[in-house]
Amino acid sequence: MKIAVLTKAIPSYESLIRIDTSSKWIDDSLVNYVVNESDAYALEEALKIKESLADDSEVVVVSMGSEDKCSKIIKDGLAKGADRAILIDSQEKISDPLSIATLISDCIKDEQFDLVFSGLQSDDLGSGQVGVLLGEKLKMSTATLAIETQIQPSAIRVKRELESGWFQWLTIPLPASISIQSGINNPRYPSLKGIMGARNKEVAKHNSNQFSNNQLQSMVELYIPSNEKQAEKIEGDSKSVASRILEILKNDLRVIQ
Amino acid sequence: MILVVLENQRGKIHPFSIESVVAGQKIAKSLNQPLSIVCVGDNIDNIHESAKQFECNELILASHPLLKTYSADGFSKIMIDLIKSYSPKYCIFGHSYMVRDYVPRVSANLSIPFISDITSINLSSQNIQFSKQVFNAKLLSRIENESTNGCLLSFQSAAFSSDELLQGAPKKVTNFEINLNDSDIRSTTEEEFQESSSGVDLSTAELIVSVGRGIDNQDNIPIAEDLAKALGAELASSRPVVDMGWLPPFRQIGSSGQTVSPKLYFALGISGAIQHVVGMKGSKNIIAINKDEEAPIFEIADYAVIGDLLEIVPLLTEELRKR
Ligand SMILES: Cc1cc2nc3c(=O)[nH]c(=O)nc-3n(C[C@H](O)[C@H](O)[C@H](O)COP(=O)(O)OP(=O)(O)OC[C@H]3O[C@@H](n4cnc5c(N)ncnc54)[C@H](O)[C@@H]3O)c2cc1C
Ligand SMILES: Nc1ncnc2c1ncn2[C@@H]1O[C@H](COP(=O)(O)O)[C@@H](O)[C@H]1O
Repeated sequence: MKIAVLTKAIPSYESLIRIDTSSKWIDDSLVNYVVNESDAYALEEALKIKESLADDSEVVVVSMGSEDKCSKIIKDGLAKGADRAILIDSQEKISDPLSIATLISDCIKDEQFDLVFSGLQSDDLGSGQVGVLLGEKLKMSTATLAIETQIQPSAIRVKRELESGWFQWLTIPLPASISIQSGINNPRYPSLKGIMGARNKEVAKHNSNQFSNNQLQSMVELYIPSNEKQAEKIEGDSKSVASRILEILKNDLRVIQ
Repeated sequence: MILVVLENQRGKIHPFSIESVVAGQKIAKSLNQPLSIVCVGDNIDNIHESAKQFECNELILASHPLLKTYSADGFSKIMIDLIKSYSPKYCIFGHSYMVRDYVPRVSANLSIPFISDITSINLSSQNIQFSKQVFNAKLLSRIENESTNGCLLSFQSAAFSSDELLQGAPKKVTNFEINLNDSDIRSTTEEEFQESSSGVDLSTAELIVSVGRGIDNQDNIPIAEDLAKALGAELASSRPVVDMGWLPPFRQIGSSGQTVSPKLYFALGISGAIQHVVGMKGSKNIIAINKDEEAPIFEIADYAVIGDLLEIVPLLTEELRKR
């Protein structure tokens, strides 16, 4: 089984997000890049499948973005147990999901993967599309929001999350592209041995500029959301803040006596 | 033309689809384009009956036995055929889980853009602009369609209000000829099911203390539990807290969890991502404690407490206990 896992480098939750002077992107210098949350679950699921099959299965981490942002998450994926990586170096800020999927597809189509795992949504652009777009480009069957997987001979059975507490199992033939919902497993930490071993693993580099890239939707401006409600701001030392909340609970909301 | 696609959710029109009809009516009016609405599925009599109340130029019925159960293969094929024969300028969906599942296939197949998860639009700019949340809901992005071959749109819940739906009747009803074979559908699906909840119904709770990733680790969960106890509130959480196994799934609020509308929603260390907010924005009062002054939860909060929950909450609980 040859499994590709799409992993994207995104700004960490704690990073300071500031719009840059072009007003079309954020100021990268303030940002610490980490792996997208659901992608970490996707990688763990792939590693578990490889381990359960105990054959010559291969897990390949695929990341597109500038090398300085991606190399850390690629190293981390290899340290956790991925066999090799594909880095699609793109200096340009591409926000159109179809362009992203097309570039990834151009770089990996010759690999003939049996499975592509992706996260259900990236935390920065959040289109929730790249895994499915790539599946269609590669003529694979697709499924989204997987919260359990079972490998079968030449097929995969997937438990999908539907809305408001409903679920459904479905079986699709391989090759397949499946987006993974967070919470499906417990992502591992890299071991010391894994970290050492990662140094000798292959990272194949592609340059995205060699492929055509015609954005069909463009991000024309980033802006700061405005407040819907005029909230009362409460700050200060913790003790006075706690007293103010107590007053609110008592006098404004009357939820306590 | 503008095309709106209705989703059949267990025999009823999906609530997001009704909001997308409102979106379609507004966009069609602004661009002076005819509006068509399509019902897709097998047993579509129910939704057809409801759709007859919507003001539009045409109601299209796309029914086929092989669409009885949803499949990404079947639904994307029908949409591709529909778009090829109608060439809509915009094809509009509600941003449901089903739409997330198959509409990207249509986009990739036809090489037309899919602008997804839109929260608002600006119809007065020369090229319509679509806004959506980016960077963990800390920013919004304005997006424009660059394609001349049409564009797919999906609207997040509450981008439009179903109160603004224009009632009327379609000027005509058309049947759309469907070509679908067993061999087109590669998947086999099993029955949909619900997982047993533990009997905790948060939807009727008056007071909710909800905890997010800001609680930092499992050992801190009692900080939130103690506050809930002192207030007589139910304990709830955001998704990551459940994913990490700190609280059971039935406590999760949001698009993949429960929807609540308590008198007080106390959000502790929750950033305010749209998928969480859709589950709690109906709360009468929201107190949010977050150490990040720019956290999006403060956009909908009534009381914005900027500070460290790990310090503030124990003090508050202590005060409550003193009474
Ligand atoms: C299809 C789909 C469905 C989803 N369904 C759901 C759902 O049903 N429910 C849901 O909740 N999410 C859901 N999500 C995930 C959602 O997008 C967010 O990732 C999630 O809501 C974030 O949870 P959070 O606010 O707890 O964590 P974060 O976004 O990490 O926020 C943590 C917050 O805590 C603050 N903080 C940190 N330390 C402290 C401290 N000491 N004191 C005070 N504040 C602190 C930080 O400033 C930050 O704002 C879904 C996502 C997708 C794509
Ligand atoms: N630049 C990228 N490099 C690698 N994987 C990506 C990239 N963009 C998106 N993905 C994958 O596609 C998923 C969905 O992304 P999105 O469509 O942007 O929400 C992510 O969780 C990743 O698994």
